[in-house]
Amino acid sequence: MILARIVGTVVATRKDPRLVSNKLLVARPMDPHGKAEGNYLVAVDTVDAGVGETVLIVSGSSARMAAGMKDCPIDAAIVGIVDHVEVAAGD
Amino acid sequence: MQLAKVIGNVVVTRKDDNLHGIKLMVLQPLAPDGRAVGRTLVAVDAAGAGVGETVFFVRGKEASFPFHPTEVPTDAGIVGIVDEIDLG
Repeated sequence: MILARIVGTVVATRKDPRLVSNKLLVARPMDPHGKAEGNYLVAVDTVDAGVGETVLIVSGSSARMAAGMKDCPIDAAIVGIVDHVEVAAGD
Repeated sequence: MQLAKVIGNVVVTRKDDNLHGIKLMVLQPLAPDGRAVGRTLVAVDAAGAGVGETVFFVRGKEASFPFHPTEVPTDAGIVGIVDEIDLG
């Protein structure tokens, strides 16, 4: 799983029927210190996350194991809103 | 599976129901000689690992298998704690 910050929302009228009524958010992956890294991605929100929040994103086929996402055509799902990250000194 | 060092943990109050009661650790993947390689990631802990320990972890849907039959939504999971590595 990766840490990411939510930077926006996606509005899509025409989409796979199994995606109807799911919220899509744009996320920017980041390292444990909060520094942005890698490419932006679109993830399905299953925990009511909002813009500006730090979240936990599960990728690949595991994303379908998020609540209510069974058999949905997705490869990234937001499964947690991060309170804080504790990293050992020096790492 | 890959080697990694546990460098921290993540506190997440609001999360998927199937993640409740599971520890989330920050991992830095390692080369066998101990060098850090690649990006850090967050993994569920199925081995009772702690910060500072060297572990091995599995990627993909298999990361949820230690918690069977609960379908834990994760793509990375710690499955063992490394005692030592002998490169011969």
